[in-house]
Amino acid sequence: MASVTNPVDRTGPIHFLGKLTLASVEVVGDVTIFFTNILFWATTRLPRRRVLLPSLYQTGVLSLPVVIVTGGFIGMVLAVQTYDQFRLMHMETKLGAIINISLVKELGPVLAATMLAGRVGSAIAAELGTMRVTEQIDALSAMGANPVNYLVVPRFLACFTLIPLLTIVADATGILGGWFLSSYVLGINSHHYWHHAIEYVGPYDLFCGMFKSTFFGAAIAVVACHRGFNCTAGAEGVGRAATEAFVFSFVLILALDFALGAFLQGLYYALWPSYGGGVVLHTDPVTVLTQFA
Amino acid sequence: MTPATTILELRNASKRFGDQQVLRDVNLTVSRGETLVVIGESGCGKSVTMKLLIGLLKPTSGLALFEDRPLTDRSERELSQDRQRFGYLFQGAALFDSLNVYENIAFPLRQNTVLPEEKIQAIVEERILEVGLPTSVCRKKPAQLSGGMKKRVGLARALALVPEIMMYDEPTTGLDPIMSDVINNLILQTRRRRPVTSIVVTHDMTTVRKVADRVVMFFPLPRLDPDEPQIIFEGTAEEAFASEDPRVSQFVHGEAGERMRELSVA
Repeated sequence: MASVTNPVDRTGPIHFLGKLTLASVEVVGDVTIFFTNILFWATTRLPRRRVLLPSLYQTGVLSLPVVIVTGGFIGMVLAVQTYDQFRLMHMETKLGAIINISLVKELGPVLAATMLAGRVGSAIAAELGTMRVTEQIDALSAMGANPVNYLVVPRFLACFTLIPLLTIVADATGILGGWFLSSYVLGINSHHYWHHAIEYVGPYDLFCGMFKSTFFGAAIAVVACHRGFNCTAGAEGVGRAATEAFVFSFVLILALDFALGAFLQGLYYALWPSYGGGVVLHTDPVTVLTQFA
Repeated sequence: MTPATTILELRNASKRFGDQQVLRDVNLTVSRGETLVVIGESGCGKSVTMKLLIGLLKPTSGLALFEDRPLTDRSERELSQDRQRFGYLFQGAALFDSLNVYENIAFPLRQNTVLPEEKIQAIVEERILEVGLPTSVCRKKPAQLSGGMKKRVGLARALALVPEIMMYDEPTTGLDPIMSDVINNLILQTRRRRPVTSIVVTHDMTTVRKVADRVVMFFPLPRLDPDEPQIIFEGTAEEAFASEDPRVSQFVHGEAGERMRELSVA
């Protein structure tokens, strides 16, 4: 005999916590499967030229103006903000060092990534979201094309490969902006500016910035494409996908920046222990990461 | 007379999106060469049924079979090859915004064949003329086309690879009566020109009268008894119009009947 049971109240805080946990696990799992799918297609069948080139153009060429403007202003802002402190210590000639190291290791990659997340990430999410709600993604599948291979892989490759170049552009314009303000407005001798800039910035610093940026580019593409593919119906759904693409990728950029920064710092001391100075350091990068975690 | 072979089948197929169940234990067969028209109220699962049949969606439980083999047993590559035998006209045509008309129609050819561009161009122009459009629309973007033109370009694209199975998702929705008749005639013309199996999802009773060999009617689950099948009618168009089941009769004759009171109570 069938028994009648009272419906369970599922509105309490424990149920809410449970739902939140399940939803989080589901999203992480879903993004992981999505990323694996991208890697599979990116390594087994490269997109065709006519599909890849527009993505490279959209991501790289059209992002240049905003990256140049942002980089230049950040370089100048750094010069303005640090000049007073350095002057108090009579170290204003070393302004080039602080501007350049900040830009190359940290601000260049993060700014280029932020600009890419805002300009390209949101556009990708909105475009793919619109394609999802107007059944264009279903149409691709119905015509024998794999939507991940056709739509996501070109965008992923564009973000992943071009963000290091955009980072270099942001670094370069930032350095030039900092030099221009330091030399022509703050009156620091150009020779000193460049001398200290070169002295304090090494190839490893440049590598750190570019290495981090590839992770940022991959994160932006994966998050934006995932949000677009899972867009809900209507203009509101597309708008939400675009907003979430930027917010989620920005948070991910900062989290990755922290984790990779710690890792690369540990790696630096592991590779060149003599540069550890008097500070007690963990030479094993894994230990460093564990300590931060 | 040889018995018709089943080309597509749903076997006890159910589909659920989150908390919302759309299909429940649906059994449906489509015979080779027939034109099956699926009717039913909005939200009763007609389009979902069609997407299950082509493998764009997977059933939550049960099976979707193509030529007696479950779609879920097929690899991504096999599915991709099988789908080249299908043509799908989407409700809003689903033309790619970033491509012009020519590139849209050429897409399945470029994607699935190694034909030279001259041959592709010849096929594209043939399909455009077949759906009654001038070749001058080739350079236009989908945004520059009217609703009827979009549907016809969508049909030309769906026919590009000469499919064995054509699926039409509400082909006449949102079109004026003349354009609706044009689309209905194109469906008939497609069937006359090639041995095609057609599945048409529609609300348009003119389409039902004009193209259907067989009609099935779906009913929304929330208003169905738990032990009642979701397909509440199966038969010819004449039988549908003569049906004594008030749910079928009201739908095919476009009468609100009891529904009006139900909606006002809700």
